[in-house]
Parts: sequence; structure tokens; C-alpha cells
Amino acid sequence: MKYDKILLEHGSGGLLSNELVANIFLPHFSNSFLERLEDSAILSIGNHKFCFTTDSYVVSPVFFPGGNIGSLAVHGTVNDLAVCGGKPLYMSAGYILEEGFPFAALTEIVQSMADAARGAGIKIVTGDTKVVSRGAVDGIFINTSGIGIIEYEGDLSIKSIKPGDAVILNGTIGDHGAAIMKARENLGLEADIVSDSAPLNGLIAEILKVSTDIHCMRDATRGGLGAILAEIAKSANVDININEQDIPICENVRGICEILGLDPLFLANEGKMVVFCPPAEASKVITVMKGHEFGRNAAVIGNAGESGQGRVVLKTSIGGERIIDLPTGELVPRIC
Amino acid sequence: MKYIDEYRDPALVKGLLAKIRKAADRIDHPVTIMEICGSHTYAIGRFGIRNMLPDNINLVSGPGCPVCVTSARDVDIALHLSRQDKVIFATFGDMLRVPGSNGDSLQRQRAEGSDVRVVSSSDECIELAQNFPQKEIIMMGIGFETTTPTVAVTVDRCRKKRIENFSVFSVHKVVPPAIEALIADPGLNIDGFLCPGHVSTMIGSNAYSMIPEAGCAAVITGFEPVDILEGIWMILEQIANNKFEVAIQYSRGVKPEGNVRAMDLVQSLFKTDTVEWRGIGPIPESGLVFRDVYAAYDTLKKFSVPDIQSVDVKGCGCGDILRGIKSPDQCALFRKVCTPANPIGPCMVSSEGSCSTYYKYH
Repeated sequence: MKYDKILLEHGSGGLLSNELVANIFLPHFSNSFLERLEDSAILSIGNHKFCFTTDSYVVSPVFFPGGNIGSLAVHGTVNDLAVCGGKPLYMSAGYILEEGFPFAALTEIVQSMADAARGAGIKIVTGDTKVVSRGAVDGIFINTSGIGIIEYEGDLSIKSIKPGDAVILNGTIGDHGAAIMKARENLGLEADIVSDSAPLNGLIAEILKVSTDIHCMRDATRGGLGAILAEIAKSANVDININEQDIPICENVRGICEILGLDPLFLANEGKMVVFCPPAEASKVITVMKGHEFGRNAAVIGNAGESGQGRVVLKTSIGGERIIDLPTGELVPRIC
Repeated sequence: MKYIDEYRDPALVKGLLAKIRKAADRIDHPVTIMEICGSHTYAIGRFGIRNMLPDNINLVSGPGCPVCVTSARDVDIALHLSRQDKVIFATFGDMLRVPGSNGDSLQRQRAEGSDVRVVSSSDECIELAQNFPQKEIIMMGIGFETTTPTVAVTVDRCRKKRIENFSVFSVHKVVPPAIEALIADPGLNIDGFLCPGHVSTMIGSNAYSMIPEAGCAAVITGFEPVDILEGIWMILEQIANNKFEVAIQYSRGVKPEGNVRAMDLVQSLFKTDTVEWRGIGPIPESGLVFRDVYAAYDTLKKFSVPDIQSVDVKGCGCGDILRGIKSPDQCALFRKVCTPANPIGPCMVSSEGSCSTYYKYH
């Protein structure tokens, strides 16, 4: 279908987001760095390899249990660099502020950005501020870019995934999406759900220290674990087999999903990643993860299959099978 | 999770599958079972139940997803209403992508500038009406017997609170006439019906007597995997014994007489009328329209809707697919024009509808 206007769904991280990139941005910007379509571009300057990423943060509400737009912006940028094997070094912060936005809120956001940056060992070295008239943005939007240096020798890429690779997840899914949903919707639900927003660079550095044979890492943000796996399977042209019962999930997140008819596989995360590595390396990775505060609930959730149809096949909790595809539509409660 | 995991117990599932295989062995022909309700379709897809069943059992999805069977004309009217000045158009979220004529949808209309808002409950409209007194709140009233009472309660509350800037565009539908239309078709190829659990908590089991009379099995079934498998087994038993009745698997929710109080409230607000179902056509007495005493809350009375020339897509095979006569790949539009990202018929609109599921698995 042809679209002559942008729909909200174009920003959902699902099928339409992919089409937007493929049909509008790629043909115009085409170059070999961009065409990898991974979380960061990999660049060489002299003898050094760098990774470079950018992201924009428009979360609503701006403050949510477990963080705010500022800490989220730092963690998101750090994680996009770290999953490409980069040590995050420097980042920028651009603010678009709505006329009337409270100083107290801005101060709190900037303070938590500073704390998050310190915690992740990245420096905010350049920035910009724009103010627009009331209604032109929703309070505050933040754009960041980040740069990191890659010292890891292996090629961390979707293309490096091999048949038989273990698929490892560092913890529970859907916490961020459920926390935002609960804060945003007037649901009258009382449940303790906290965003998982966290910097993963420390954990990733430890993983890359114990194994020199990691094939690919991706953080499972917008679109959730389901969208990331579907994207990887298509892009690498391998089947990925996942066991539903091995995927960690908090009881409260499960509960809110059951009530609203949402699928936690497609809820956003901000501190979760999947790691693809040979099965022989899996136990080392799991041990490191379980010893780290951001990987305590880590689990092997499946493997890359032999055949190459590019599908994600989920073995359900009762032993059935279903295909996990890129989500279409916005994530909304179902009525039927 | 308590009260959920018990109904997803792998050991119980294994036992039920063995019973299903045994019953299926006693039947010497392929069995087609229709799950009427969209929530069954969703659960069957979500838990991968379809491919756990013996080869001679075929599950087809019926007309029981209210969003999917909303006609292009009703969507066109919704789009027209959402374009009116000072209107906030409130809808349940899964209505956003349903296409009207020419593929327009509420989602696209919102991008064009209409104030379309997603609500999770009809009562949110009361808040909208109070917060925006200068605007008219129109709610798209959609759903079957399970949803209609909640909308009826909202309208009743608005009347008592004297809220006047709220109305409902009712495209509510009722289930039994659709079943009657299906079984009246001489080409029908369905052996048993998984009847909807939640709708039945409202209308009771007595409403389905026409199914066994037509020589088909009927089991009112819950929505967890253990429920669905037990429902399928009970259907197979009826077929194997050639003895048909309306059985209740979902006994923890359904009484033969249903929820009389809720149905009385709905009856006091609405009366039945012939309405159009996407992919099926007009079905007598299958829609709910406001009674005249509630005209103040009837969008179609408050707003004049011009005679919209709606275009139904030609060649859509959903009508035959819903009756179990065609499989999705026998439809001329399937995979060519009609895809999950660009759905045309009801079976593709629902992410777990027959066509959408077939698209993903084949």
C-alpha cells in the first residue's frame, strides 16, 4: 500500500518502520556503512575502529517508574554503542523544549542524564537547545548521538550468526513497555512495574572479556524481543527457534498483558539484549550475566536453526508452535 | 500466575490431546470446526494449537471478531463523522486499521488531522465529555453481546449525569443471527462450532439451539488452551456419537439463561435491525440500533450522514472462507493485494484471522 502521509505506525518499530527506512532513507543516503542497518555505524579512522549512533527520545510521560526521558536517552545511546562491541566514549544531547515546560522538570531530567552518563562512563561533550511554541512538541524531546571505540576483534554483526548459535537474553521482557503503558493509560491498575532502563556496556564488556567468539548482540528496544528477533531472522536469513517457557517475565508484567490482551514479546525494553554465540560459549556468557546486576535473570531462550527461511518459530508453553513476525499496527489493547 | 497457569498445564494439555486423537480416530471423515469468536482465534494462534491437532481436524475462524466484520460503509461513516468540526472521535484501538472504501482508515484519518482517540473503556468518554464541554464526543460503539452492556451502562450514566455532548455510533452486532445465516447456507462445510465463552456469559446456552438442530456440534468454550482443547474434544465426541447438543465446557462462567440483568439493560436501549457484515453481506436482525427514547445519544440522529457511496472490494473470498467452503489461497486477492500490512477482508484484518494465519504459515 502507498502512503502519502506519515502514520503513527511508521514509528512503531514494526513493518511500516522498516518500509520507511527501505523506501525513503536508504535510497537517498545509500552507502556501505548505513546499509548494514545495525544499531551503530562502524567506522575506521586511522588504525582505530569506531561506532557511531544517534537516537531521539519522545517518551510520554516524561517521568516514569524507573527513570525519565533523560536517563533513558543516555542508556539508549550507550546500549546502541555497546551491542556493536564499542566502549562508549562521548555523546551529544540536543533538547527541543516546549514553551512553558517547567524548569524544575528540566533540571531533574538533566541531573539524571548527568548521573546516568557518569554511571555508564560516557561524557556528554556537546549539546544544543531549541525552544518551540506551545503545542509544537510534547514538553521535551531529546536527540542524542554517541561515539565509542571498538577494541573487540571479532565481527559482531547479524551476518556473523551461524546455524546452531545459542540465543541468550539477559533478563525479563516487557518491563519498560508495561511501566509506560501503566503510567500513560488511565487503567486504574495497581501493580509495581518499573522500567528496566539500564546501561548495558559494563555487562557487555565483561562478556567480551570471557569470550572471543560472540557473533551478534542486539538490544531489544522498540518493538520488543519479538520485533528484534524477526528482524534478525530476516536479515540473516536464518530460522530462529525460541522456547516461550524459557523467556523470563515478571508476574506483574504478565498480569497487565493478560488483562489488556497485549503480547509481552512486542513490549519495549530499555535494558535488555539478545546475544548470539556458539553453544559452547553459552555457559560462560550466562555465568557472566547472572553475576551482573543487569543480567541476574539471564537465560538461553533458543537457538538459530539450520534452514534459512528467515522465520522466528516460537514453541509455546503448551508445546504448540507459532511464527513471530514483525508487528503491524500500534500496540493497543484488544477488544475481542 | 494463579487462575491462569492451571489452564495452561502441559500435562493436562497432553492428556486432552490423547483424548482428541482417540475421538478423531473414531470419525472416518475430515472434521471442520469453526471457532466463532475472535478471542478463540487469538488464543489458538497464540498457543499454536492448530498444528497440535490430528491431521483430519481443520479449524476455521468464524465471523466473531467484531472489528473484522465491520463493513466498509460503517468505516466510511466513521471517517465522515471524525472529520466533522469540534468532534472528538473515540474508538477502541483495534478499529484503527480497519479499511473503509479505498483503503482509508481511522489511523490515516488521524494523520489527516482528525481528532481520533483510542479508549480502553467506554466510560473514558464520560471524562472526555466533561473535560471538553465545547466538543462533541462520538464513540464508535463496536462489539458483540460482551461489549454492548458496558456501552449501555456508559450511555445510562451520561443520561443520569445530564451529559449532552456525547453520542454513540452504534455498529454493535449480535452473534446468534450470524450463526443462523451460516448454517442456513446449503454449501456450509462445518461439523462443529466452538461457541464463544464470554458472549455466552451474557446470552446463555439456550441461544444456540439452532446448531444441533442443523446437525452440528456446539460447545460453549473458555479461552485458555485447556478450555479450547477440551471444547474440541467435546465436539469430536458429539460427532463420533452422532448426538448433537449445546454443551457447556465454560461452566465456570456460563449459565443456560445468561446474564438477564445485562441483557435487559441492552434491550432497553437498543433494538435489532438488519446490518451489513464485511465479507458476508446483510444479516437480518443482527445489528443493534438505538431505540427512539435514546435518540439524544444516537450519533446517527444527532449528525446528518450523507448517502456515502461505499465501495466493497470486489473478489474478496472471506464470505466463502468464513463458511469453510474456500481456503485462503483459493481467493484471488490473497497475497496479491490482500496482505497483513494491507488487509482487505475480515480474515486478513484480524492478525489471527484465517487468511492472516495462512499467510504467515504457508
